[in-house]
Amino acid sequence: MVTVKDYAESIPIAWCPGCGNFAILQALRKALVDLGKEPHQVLFVSGIGQAPKLPHYTHGNVFNGLHGRTLPAATGAKIANNELVVIGIDGDGGAYGEGIGHLLATMRRNVNITYMAHNNQVYGLTKGQASPTSDLGFVTRTTPLGAGQPANPLALALASEVSFLARGFAGDVEHLSGLLRRGIEHRGFSLIDILQPCVSFNHKNTYQWYRERIYKLEDEGYDPSDKIGAFAKAQEWGDRIPIGLIYSKERPVYEEQLPALKEGPLVKQEIDPSQFEALLDEFM
Amino acid sequence: MAIDFNVMAGGEAGQGVQSVGMILAKAMAHGGLCVFADQDYENRVRGGHNFFRARVSDREVLALSEKLDILVALNKETIDLHQNELKSNGVIIFDQEQAKVEARGENYFNVPFVKLAEETVKNKLMTNTVAVGAAMGLAGYDFNILASVLRKEFAHHGEKIAEDNVVAAHAGFDFAHEHSANQLRQKIQPVSGSSKRMLLHGNEALALGAMVGGCKFIAGYPMTPATSILEYIADKGRQYNAVAVHVEDEIAAINMAVGAGYAGARAMVATSGGGFCLMVEGLALAGITETPIVVVLGQRPGPATGMPTRTEQGELWFALHAGHGEFPRAILAPATAEEAFHAIIKAFNLAEKYQTPVIVLTDHYLATSYATVERFDLKQVKIDRGELISNEEVNRITEYERHLVTDSGISPRALPGQGKALVVTDSDEHNEAGHLIEDTETRNQQNLKRLRKQNGLKTEIRSPKFHQMPNAEFMLIGWGSTYGAIREAADLLQKDKVLVNVLHISEIWPFPTEAISSALSKGTKSIVIENNATAQMANLIRRETGYRVNGTILKSDGRPFSPQEIVDRMKKEVT
Repeated sequence: MVTVKDYAESIPIAWCPGCGNFAILQALRKALVDLGKEPHQVLFVSGIGQAPKLPHYTHGNVFNGLHGRTLPAATGAKIANNELVVIGIDGDGGAYGEGIGHLLATMRRNVNITYMAHNNQVYGLTKGQASPTSDLGFVTRTTPLGAGQPANPLALALASEVSFLARGFAGDVEHLSGLLRRGIEHRGFSLIDILQPCVSFNHKNTYQWYRERIYKLEDEGYDPSDKIGAFAKAQEWGDRIPIGLIYSKERPVYEEQLPALKEGPLVKQEIDPSQFEALLDEFM
Repeated sequence: MAIDFNVMAGGEAGQGVQSVGMILAKAMAHGGLCVFADQDYENRVRGGHNFFRARVSDREVLALSEKLDILVALNKETIDLHQNELKSNGVIIFDQEQAKVEARGENYFNVPFVKLAEETVKNKLMTNTVAVGAAMGLAGYDFNILASVLRKEFAHHGEKIAEDNVVAAHAGFDFAHEHSANQLRQKIQPVSGSSKRMLLHGNEALALGAMVGGCKFIAGYPMTPATSILEYIADKGRQYNAVAVHVEDEIAAINMAVGAGYAGARAMVATSGGGFCLMVEGLALAGITETPIVVVLGQRPGPATGMPTRTEQGELWFALHAGHGEFPRAILAPATAEEAFHAIIKAFNLAEKYQTPVIVLTDHYLATSYATVERFDLKQVKIDRGELISNEEVNRITEYERHLVTDSGISPRALPGQGKALVVTDSDEHNEAGHLIEDTETRNQQNLKRLRKQNGLKTEIRSPKFHQMPNAEFMLIGWGSTYGAIREAADLLQKDKVLVNVLHISEIWPFPTEAISSALSKGTKSIVIENNATAQMANLIRRETGYRVNGTILKSDGRPFSPQEIVDRMKKEVT
């Protein structure tokens, strides 16, 4: 039986001490173990940043690709082999900056991928610049006048007909792990926005700052099937910040509609040139 | 006497010029004749001026000839623009009422297309079919062959429509027989006994070849001239188990294909220069992650949007150098539709064998021009998936290393989920296990291992075609789609007592240095003929062989070379 040990790190971890990524990794390991998934059944696809290093710090198949291009690579792999559990991992730069166009398109497409956006509202790898979700006025070396209007990834996701949308907090591993598990179990695309303190570069949105503000939607009798209600929750930021399942709705899954996959994963289908004679006839 | 029959159909976009031309071309092909045809269209959906040209012969034809036997004019502009391209006994077939133009001489043959369509089948939509029938009548062709093509073409509209088209064509055919002057009639005979050929354009050959070669995945964003490849696989893939994803942009396209390639499906993208610009980071990703991927780059004139529906060979150096960093690649530049079919199958084999990107470099002219080819022999198609680890073996591996350093540079390849082996790769420099590193020793091992694959690739590249004539004074050098025009120009030059060899490069990278050096060492005056302004192949030859060619004939006006144009420019600029 699969245990947390199966998901031990492959190489020494190079994150800052106290980084929220440690807790996120712990939550992910727990979710995969709870689901009984073994490392060889899982494909982690990530881009560039501190968060996308995560797949190297566990066990599984890994495609660590380009900055912002995680979801196209994950989509290609999932379509090629839909038996893989495909998990995308990015920071807020990759997910909501460089890769935002792919995120919107992938949500509309509804490929069965779980996408973890480690949202610490700052760039870590490049050492402290503003991210698309930095609070208005956040001063960094690239934004000396203060960051502009932040993106609202939850509202964008809802507008793109995301089929599973949740927000977790790196300071609550148990709760986050549950959201990840449900996201992976969900048929279709799931976006898990993860509030993650950055101990090195974000001295505003700290563990303490979040703990004073976050509350769990499930404690308030919230209905995650209500899209209008979900939009309202997506607007909430400041004194109160909701975490939990924001929205969930079953929609047709992209790869399940593909006639080419009816006979099994593409990668398991034999290549047979002789089957194409009838296509040649069409040119005669 | 040998048949060399040239026909053009012209009109506005939306008038059905393409279908008139295609039915003529197909009918000729069905009669066992060889056809070469191209289409010239503007970047618009309605209006403007479009034309479709076909050359028909009883021997292989590789390019168009400039002089027309029959011009089917669906509007006045076609007559104004092309009447001077007629042979002395050439004919303009037109409808005086439709084109609003009077006959201006005995070469004008007024056929009431619209009236005949209304009278015979009460359907103005079949006007063009009347025109096709008239052209075939004037050509003296076998009506039964035309009828069978029409029935096949219109079968999906139902029997009534198909038969009405046959009736409409017959009306035009009979009219031509009854009313045309004797001296305008031709006698184009089907070639009896010869096997039927396939008629297809370059992109159809590529798309068909991709499917035959096991392509399971294509991602793309529509862009002329590559769109029809995506469309073909989207259509046929439903039945033949290939997936085509119409993506949000070309960046998604290549990253998706790389993801599919990593997972183990034969994967490709097809685009033009502008789309390829967006893809080049992904090309480098395939390079460092050692992921097999095939890229079709259909060139059109640039820079930037350039001339979308025109042709150019301006991206040879771009294809050579696209992507940051150094990684191995192969570039194949098929000369004909037939070569395109085989080239893309080879591209998939090389991509998997060497676990690196392979570019198939074509252009608008090759993509959209039609040629008859002998039916492809699928039994001869070889699939080589390279060093894929078997399912049995993969479960015995405890510590799999995706990027194992080997002498050949090729690492045995397991697929994610194939067994217990974990397949780890990274766009960062990585160690053998695929995890990111920064130390010098590992960097050198991995970088040089990847580049060693270029040595193996070099042995896979076919030498250029070399057509020699005794006592040749010149050697004409071309690459890609210019082959047909150059070959035919060589024949025309021979008639004028100018003897030339033809050296044609269809597999460009790794560069076939020895073969080209050897040909150049003979001292025949070398003239490179290219569809670009900066002599990219001539410069590449200099870089790779040290030889400076004696001259170049360049053309970058967005149009392909014609054989006669090469002859004229040889006389004017070289001899």
